[in-house]
Amino acid sequence: MFASDVLVAQNIGFAILATIMVIGALRVVTTSNVVHAALWLVVVLAGAAAQYVLLAAEFVAITQVLVYIGAVMVLFLFGTMLTRARIGAESDLNNKNWFLGIPVAVALFVAMAIALDSGFGSQKMPADSAVATTQEISDQIFGPYLLPFWALSFVLLAAVVGAIVLARRD
Amino acid sequence: MLVNQFLILAAVLFCIGVYGVIARKNAVLVLMSIELILNSVNINLLAFSMRNGSLDGHIFALYIIAIAAAEVGVGLAMVLLMYRNRRSIDLDELSEMKG
Repeated sequence: MFASDVLVAQNIGFAILATIMVIGALRVVTTSNVVHAALWLVVVLAGAAAQYVLLAAEFVAITQVLVYIGAVMVLFLFGTMLTRARIGAESDLNNKNWFLGIPVAVALFVAMAIALDSGFGSQKMPADSAVATTQEISDQIFGPYLLPFWALSFVLLAAVVGAIVLARRD
Repeated sequence: MLVNQFLILAAVLFCIGVYGVIARKNAVLVLMSIELILNSVNINLLAFSMRNGSLDGHIFALYIIAIAAAEVGVGLAMVLLMYRNRRSIDLDELSEMKG
């Protein structure tokens, strides 16, 4: 009884979030204002963070909010404002062959939907999956995944140095 | 919750991102579409992580978030450089290497 109520609530929450995310994503790729696109992207990223909570991944959700909505969005807005003389609607944001993207995206989605349907059909998520604690995740990162973690540190270092070298005036 | 509902949502977001990469000319908007694609991959990873009851998907999702942050940093630096050199960030004007 109680478990089924939770499941219904989870499904309703998923449906609402998914609708908001899809609408936001469509606005990101169709709006004619770069700043509006960035703000719609915030909607999508926040919805993704909520989906992560639904998927019992609290630490990833918090990281998503901190890194994406906090840092990446600020970068995007700065990038927009440093490369744009005016902030407002523009007419030439799309390629002249932009409509070719529609059949590509639709065909890709149909292919993936068929594959997912035949692959996973009506498989259910385990109903009693435990929330992944931060301690467990850190045990994984600093245990079996230590080498990728080091590699990632070097990637971030290289990206920081590269961004500074590229963007400074001299 | 079905496994497929998350995977289909991720597929929809992925396809919208692919459409954005193809259709957009503005470099910043192309980078935003790439972020959509990376996020859909993260949803997939976490859905499979929950389905298999393992933590590996969480680790990969965190690594993808870090790589995406690095990618946006370098990408926007390149966009800035492009704007400084040619006063425009339209990707279809970058055709010197067309041969």
